[in-house]
Amino acid sequence: MNEILKILDNENGKVSRTRIAQMLGIDKSEVDEKIEELEKQHIIVGYKTIVNWEKTDREVVDALIELKITPQRGEGFDKVARRIYKYPQVKSLFLMSGAYDLAVMIEGKTMREVALFVAQKLAPMESIMSTATHFVLKKYKEEGIVFEDDEKDTRQVITL
Amino acid sequence: MIDYEKLVSPVVNNLPPSGIRRFFDMAAEMEDTISLGVGEPDFVTPWTIREAGIYSLECGQTYYTANAGLLPLRQEICNYYKRHYDLDYNAKDNVLVTVGGSEAIDLMIRCVVNEGDEVLIPEPCFVCYKPCTVMAGGVPVSIETKEEDNFRLLPEQLKAKITDKTKLLILPYPNNPTGGVMSKADLEAIAEVLKGTDILVLSDEIYGELRYGDEGHTPFSKIDDMWERTVVVNGFSKAYAMTGWRLGYALGPKKIIKLMTKVHQYGIMSSPTTSQFAAIEALKTCDDEIKKMCSEYNYRRRYIVDGFREMGLSCFEPLGAFYVFPSIKSTGMTSEEFCQKLLEEEHVAVVPGTAFGESGEGFIRCSYAYSIENIQEALKRIEKFVSRHKDKGGK
Repeated sequence: MNEILKILDNENGKVSRTRIAQMLGIDKSEVDEKIEELEKQHIIVGYKTIVNWEKTDREVVDALIELKITPQRGEGFDKVARRIYKYPQVKSLFLMSGAYDLAVMIEGKTMREVALFVAQKLAPMESIMSTATHFVLKKYKEEGIVFEDDEKDTRQVITL
Repeated sequence: MIDYEKLVSPVVNNLPPSGIRRFFDMAAEMEDTISLGVGEPDFVTPWTIREAGIYSLECGQTYYTANAGLLPLRQEICNYYKRHYDLDYNAKDNVLVTVGGSEAIDLMIRCVVNEGDEVLIPEPCFVCYKPCTVMAGGVPVSIETKEEDNFRLLPEQLKAKITDKTKLLILPYPNNPTGGVMSKADLEAIAEVLKGTDILVLSDEIYGELRYGDEGHTPFSKIDDMWERTVVVNGFSKAYAMTGWRLGYALGPKKIIKLMTKVHQYGIMSSPTTSQFAAIEALKTCDDEIKKMCSEYNYRRRYIVDGFREMGLSCFEPLGAFYVFPSIKSTGMTSEEFCQKLLEEEHVAVVPGTAFGESGEGFIRCSYAYSIENIQEALKRIEKFVSRHKDKGGK
């Protein structure tokens, strides 16, 4: 199981099941079965393409919002977290140790749109004590993938 | 006009490389070549190792080191052998840090081989043992290993080649180009033949960290009574993806290491200092990194073996290094013909088995130190090539 996860993780998830079977020396039916199992158990929670939007004409602005929260009795941070992650603008949400509590990754079309979202949707929530918005200026690496163009294979064609 | 042919050393003048060089040059010049021809990792040296090298430069560590290498590095090498194999080597007496494993091989041969001594070399194998033996005045004696034996050296083959002139046995396992390995039991059988003789062993274990399957690598010096007759050669090139740093080492009995250090001192002085500092970091912190690369090679290994078998070429399962050695006998072509035509027609570069000794005839060496995508594209082209030539009535 872990071997399959490792391969999917390494190969961007786009690797075919036949090839996974070859790489592990097992039958394809076994791979199918195991991946189905992993999906069912919600160990594999999804597949996603990582896009460098800078190279397209789509305007995207990303921001990290730090939120300080008053935890609610019996609910901790989960209840407010749930209210936040339901917004489609929220790409990731983490509970953090340290100076603030929730880290929210937001995606919007413009800085103004993101700022408005924070001001109108997040800041007014009862348990949110404060917000701090940091805009992403450039992405170098995401999910382990470097955005700069691949370095060429500079090895000799043949060496013994 | 100076007639250089008359002046230069005939021994060196007559050494290979010969015809094969032309093929290499052709491959290098051809555009959009897809290569499976490289004998080095595609991984870049792990960043923490590179960073340690850079840091040593920042600190101004730009001087010669001790001839045998930095003592802390030699100590880490000993720690590594203790940790992984429970083998005892003393950093002060039993280790020499060299410029790549190849320097260690050359030194060992030069330090023990006398004029006329015979050196036993299982083939196919890496290309340097024979010329090094000849330059030392020795006589190389090939032992042909076979596909049906998984390219292992069998004890009876060894026995048959031993004479009263035999000085040294080369053990090139895990093997380049075949990917063949010797299990602990295989090595014990070899040791049984050597016991009671004065034959020394040069065990080239540069691919020792790249072992697949259930059984891990066993250094030959780990086999009972073999420590005192064995020099183990290893290095950082393959396991840590550090080919360009040119750093290897030899482990062995005090007297031989001492002699090797003497020659090294005159020829090299000391191995590159920056590389030595980087290597300390490699040994201290990169055990996991090696494992990760090894498991990645393992995926590719299974994939490429499958690919060759699917196109109808017989391909024994290699359990070491990063090479497969499929047989192309069914195409009716010689190895060189096959490689030349494959290069011309499909722009795929692989190495003819004959580059590694006559017994490599009928085979090609393909490296899987490439991305899966690269391997896939190469396999596709080779398959096209093979099926086209089978249709033409290849035997």
